[in-house]
Amino acid sequence: MATPLIEFKNVTKRFGQLTVLDRVNAKIYEGEITTIIGLSGSGKSVFLKHIIGLLKPEDGSVLFRGKPLDEMKKNEREASLAQISYMFQDNALFDSMTVYDNVALPLRETTNLGKAEIDRRVMTRIEQMELGDAAFKYPSELSGGMQKRAALARALVTDPRIVLFDEPTTGQDPVRENAILSMVAENRKKFDFTAVLVSHAIPEVYFISNRILALYDRKIVFQGPPEEFESFDHSLKEEIRRSLEELQGKLSGLYAKRQFKVRYHTELKSGTFQETYAVLVFAMKDIDVLASGLGHDAVHKAIDSMSSFIDSYFSAVGGFSARLGLDEFVTVLPYSDVKEAEAILKGFADDFQERGIRDILSGKLEKVAAEMCLEFIVFAGIAEGRPIEGIDDIIESAKKEQREICRLRCRATGVV
Amino acid sequence: MSVTEKDGYSDDKIIDRGSLPTRPFAAIGRKTINWVNTLGAAAIFLALAVLMIFRPKQWTKVVEQIYYIGARSTTIIILVALFTGMVLGLQSYHALAQFGTVGAVGTLVALSLIRELGPVLTAIMITARAGSAITAEIGIQRISEQIDALDTMRIDPLRYLISPRIAASIVSFPLLTALFDLVGIVGGFISGVVLMGANAGTYFYRVQASVDMKDVTDGFIKAVVFAVIVATVCCFQGYFVHMRTDSRGAKSVGLSTTSAVVTSCVLILVADYVVTSLLI
Repeated sequence: MATPLIEFKNVTKRFGQLTVLDRVNAKIYEGEITTIIGLSGSGKSVFLKHIIGLLKPEDGSVLFRGKPLDEMKKNEREASLAQISYMFQDNALFDSMTVYDNVALPLRETTNLGKAEIDRRVMTRIEQMELGDAAFKYPSELSGGMQKRAALARALVTDPRIVLFDEPTTGQDPVRENAILSMVAENRKKFDFTAVLVSHAIPEVYFISNRILALYDRKIVFQGPPEEFESFDHSLKEEIRRSLEELQGKLSGLYAKRQFKVRYHTELKSGTFQETYAVLVFAMKDIDVLASGLGHDAVHKAIDSMSSFIDSYFSAVGGFSARLGLDEFVTVLPYSDVKEAEAILKGFADDFQERGIRDILSGKLEKVAAEMCLEFIVFAGIAEGRPIEGIDDIIESAKKEQREICRLRCRATGVV
Repeated sequence: MSVTEKDGYSDDKIIDRGSLPTRPFAAIGRKTINWVNTLGAAAIFLALAVLMIFRPKQWTKVVEQIYYIGARSTTIIILVALFTGMVLGLQSYHALAQFGTVGAVGTLVALSLIRELGPVLTAIMITARAGSAITAEIGIQRISEQIDALDTMRIDPLRYLISPRIAASIVSFPLLTALFDLVGIVGGFISGVVLMGANAGTYFYRVQASVDMKDVTDGFIKAVVFAVIVATVCCFQGYFVHMRTDSRGAKSVGLSTTSAVVTSCVLILVADYVVTSLLI
């Protein structure tokens, strides 16, 4: 495997008599979203502050692209750390400065760019974060979500290669939690940075993470992809399971991916499934375009409405559904073969076209969508499942079969 | 200088208090060591901040701080100077009248103001007005992680927050002291000459004759010393507000502000004596 971007080697950190990290070994790879999970007070933020150099380990070392930070020359170390931005849990915006000045601060103080170039870069980031109208407002005049976006704009204005997010969703409601994580995932794709998140609210980060680091009792007890976390046997897992169950409620009754797999295997073992059954995978296309037009909050309300619609429709025919990602859903119909599932899907498509889209783009959202002439397309694919096949393979087959089942066309044309 | 790790400003280690008879000595020793540590930390803090005054991009921030610490303190300085001068004129007129030397009112007023009262009262007034605000502002920036944010943006907080304030104090204190002296002499004229009837020509002649350049430069030297003391104490208290062991959060900012003002005032008076004894 490639050299890790950041590596912790036997890092120990103490505050007086209290050991917070004890011989921690961890790897963070370039271009990924790595999430550090753990219970409150388990040292996640301390871990993060070692990466940015705010804290130094008592023992061990932190390596940047394979080279220990403490062995680097001052200039080299500065250059390495300059590639990292940090987003604080409470945003840490300067409350006596406007959003514009907050975003401009790192450019003014650490570069020799001219006023016009700074203005161009700052306004670009502000616009990208949908804060154009709030550029000259003070942080206290902004909502929590807008403050988050302002902090992200400030973190991204220097074009960092790595962005560290300290508990980005803490204290947010479920819709906003999803919106913030979507913002992280979307911007990571757009700006191609490596993201490291700290979270004690585990389930929602599942959707966007490539890699999980689990901190427990001062040590890293797990590191790997979220899927492998399934076979990880540890007391921390119980905490996580409880959080996952909480998420089901938060996400309009839909299962999280991991919990979905648990139910799938349980039903498989109990013989609920027919010899062949159907697996459907839905996707909302061009969610990025929609988000840039309507805003993250609005889009996540739409996604949650769609979750509810899928769940209520297919649970009536004995199915169960889950979210695969931010804009993907999977439904298993244990009692239906593909032919029957095709008929059910047609009914779903008609019903969804009839009232589902209306429910999703209701009220203000519908007005905005009409004014902005946005398109909203739903794709679906069906695959045949057999008990001997792995669910991941079946899901992949269903994805390959995806086709458009309904769309909201631009209102201006009068077609829905 | 690391901003998040202990710098000797506080001590959260488990302390061995020793046996009963030795405890008072241990307590005195501990206090002394803490005091010396704090003094050392403040000296390093000041030295680093002074060095950073000469870094690029500091000019605008220094001018902003001169406006805040200096220009915006002029009203209060004029008021205090005027009434201080008037009281001096009044008191000295009555005292000197007993010896028939009313003509020396100008001498007494001018020398008292230029040598002592001008620098000391100016420093105390700026401490009350700007020093307390500096501590509170930096303290709040510390507890709300704004200073940590500067660190993560590779902006040295000492350069960005502390140096401009120290530079601005060094510029503002002597200027405000000069203003204080001038207005104080006018105040003495109002009470001694206009209200009590001393001779105007004698008053100004005495002022001019009794004050030499050394008095003025000594007053300015004191002003610069006080500026360094006030700026360092107030910035230091705010910057390390999170190291306080007696309180947390907003309360610690309040206590640090009080502590900054009290410490600055005491140190101004102590330094006044020391500097006077060296200059005299």
